Amino acid sequence: MTATDAKANRLDFRSRGFDFASFAFTGITGLATLFILAILAIIIANIVWHGWGTFSWRFLTGSADQDMFDVNKAGVLPMVIGTALRVLVMTIVVVPVGVITAVYLTEYAHSTALTTRVIRGAVNNLAGVPSIVFGLFGLGFFISFIGRGLDGGAAEPLWGKPAIVWASLTLSVMTLPLVIVATEESLRAITPGLREASLALGATKLETIIKIVLPEALPGILTGGILAVGRAGGEVAPILFTGAAYYMRDLPHSLTDQFMDLGYHVFILSTQSPDIEKTRPILFATVLALLLLTLSLNLVAVIVRARVRKRMRASH
Amino acid sequence: MGIHRGHQARPLEWLAEKFIFLVSLTAILMVFLIFVFVAREALPLVLGQMNSAAARPVIAAKEMDKLKPEELRTYLGLTATEFKQLDKEALQALMEVREEEAKEAPKDKDATLNTTEWRYLFQPHQWSDSRPEDRYVWQPIGRIHKYNLVPLIIGSLKTTAVALLFSVPLALAAALYVSQLASPTMKEWLKPAIELLSGVPSVVLGFFALMVLASFLQGAFGYQSRLNAFVAGIALGLAVIPVVFSIAEDALTSVPRAYTQAALALGASKWQAAWQIVLPAAAPGVFAAVVLGFGRAIGETMVVLMASGNASIMSFSLFDSTRSITATIAAELAEAVFGGHHYRILFLIGAMLFVVTFLTNLAGDLIMHRLKGRLEGKAK
Repeated sequence: MTATDAKANRLDFRSRGFDFASFAFTGITGLATLFILAILAIIIANIVWHGWGTFSWRFLTGSADQDMFDVNKAGVLPMVIGTALRVLVMTIVVVPVGVITAVYLTEYAHSTALTTRVIRGAVNNLAGVPSIVFGLFGLGFFISFIGRGLDGGAAEPLWGKPAIVWASLTLSVMTLPLVIVATEESLRAITPGLREASLALGATKLETIIKIVLPEALPGILTGGILAVGRAGGEVAPILFTGAAYYMRDLPHSLTDQFMDLGYHVFILSTQSPDIEKTRPILFATVLALLLLTLSLNLVAVIVRARVRKRMRASH
Repeated sequence: MGIHRGHQARPLEWLAEKFIFLVSLTAILMVFLIFVFVAREALPLVLGQMNSAAARPVIAAKEMDKLKPEELRTYLGLTATEFKQLDKEALQALMEVREEEAKEAPKDKDATLNTTEWRYLFQPHQWSDSRPEDRYVWQPIGRIHKYNLVPLIIGSLKTTAVALLFSVPLALAAALYVSQLASPTMKEWLKPAIELLSGVPSVVLGFFALMVLASFLQGAFGYQSRLNAFVAGIALGLAVIPVVFSIAEDALTSVPRAYTQAALALGASKWQAAWQIVLPAAAPGVFAAVVLGFGRAIGETMVVLMASGNASIMSFSLFDSTRSITATIAAELAEAVFGGHHYRILFLIGAMLFVVTFLTNLAGDLIMHRLKGRLEGKAK
């Protein structure tokens, strides 16, 4: 076989007509990808299509004090406020704890030390605990252990009952891994040169972290917070026993009150409605409100995160 | 003056470092507390201190003086502090209440059973108020409290199996496509788009399954009961897809580019490189993705609660209405008497669930860690 023959053979191998296996493989995996996206699109389109008619400013700002099953009067303001409140309190707790943990993991910890491994393992594990177990934990720890402990056996429990504060704390335990992982990612995206420059100029490690590293990592910290809010905003199982109320006449006055919740309201409307056909428009509109909240937050997080990743690639 | 080192040189720095370290232990503390406090509520049940019998043995109130204080306390089911606070007349009154209760209690043979014992939780029993055969029954509310966990465990496994069979092939195929075959620009769009699915709250997925999917699937397959393990499993699969996808995609992407490039240079086509080189190299990661997907599926609550029909029937058919462990906790805890046997049983199954997901998470985490270590080691 001469050298030219071999060359011709190789060229022939490259262009040997139609490669069916390659086509089938790409086709099947591509279709699977498309199928997943199609399901997502169908869910969103279906909800928007059916919910749009009832979804209005009046619906968003109307209260539920007359009849929450009446299509013409029902509004979701108490649920929106309840959800916003519990998520706000949760953010105040979870962001500092999550950011500090991420700072420890990236700036202080030795990546091979046992403590670091255990912390990482715990964070990953926390992310996989079922949401209903968080609900049980909130009831068993926050309400019956801490809450009743604070009450000290008083006849009228102030703390030892479902409340916004307990629901928020339960959710902050649940969303802790999200904040840690997002912050860590953005801390790692910062070039070591920046830290070294700061240290070389005489700044201490703490000063470097507070004045140089954290401001640089702000987008990532924001992403973590947004993801946590998006996740917690739609969660129902953890708040079933820790604070959500089926119905309340008034808006919550303090953090020890129960609250009405958007996600829980979706559950009530879809399973306990007196007439499912009649309440269908409110149901779809409520789902639309919830989906707008969670998906828009997730979308923002995705965009911020994509920017962080791009910068990381540029800097390394 | 010598040179100061450590916390003597910069006390503030030293304090801050210790503080940051302590805060970072929160995650460990929380995992620990979750287990302790869920298990704590179930503990009296495990230790056999609960008695759910509808009819308990009675001691006449007149004979109170013959009992030792300790016997009296266990008979009335009081804690030591409660017992101390009550005087003799109050105790007498409690004993009379017990006597009254006994008169109204059901008389048949099952009424005296303590149904919270292990054999009633896991083994079949021939109940006096139903068909004369050994049956697994979960029926916490009623004359006799039946707490057999087998129907719930089977219910959970059924929905989980459907969810995994539906989601794993889809998610893996998509992960292969996105990580190996799609162009970089496509990848930048596809990955976040699929991950957006995880932004749909599970209550919305449950709602979608209940209102839209259930009727559609019933029309397509023509089975009897509209809500069943199959519908719940498919909806659950939608919640599992993003989990399996992102972990598998991560594992596939972490395979060094050199592997693919070497295969392509040897004349393999893109799909041969993906299928025969990258996938085997990332196999442990793919396995981890499935394991973590299982953990997610078995722990998901709202989807199953809304779409499975919630009848605790002992059946292996996918098209029967089913009740899972998570849905049972969510639906019944609000009605259970605080500190009662029903309440404690629900915490017990919650603790079991926690242990199962803890182990799956641990396994998944270890596999991923090993895989990354190996791939990075080889790449160097």
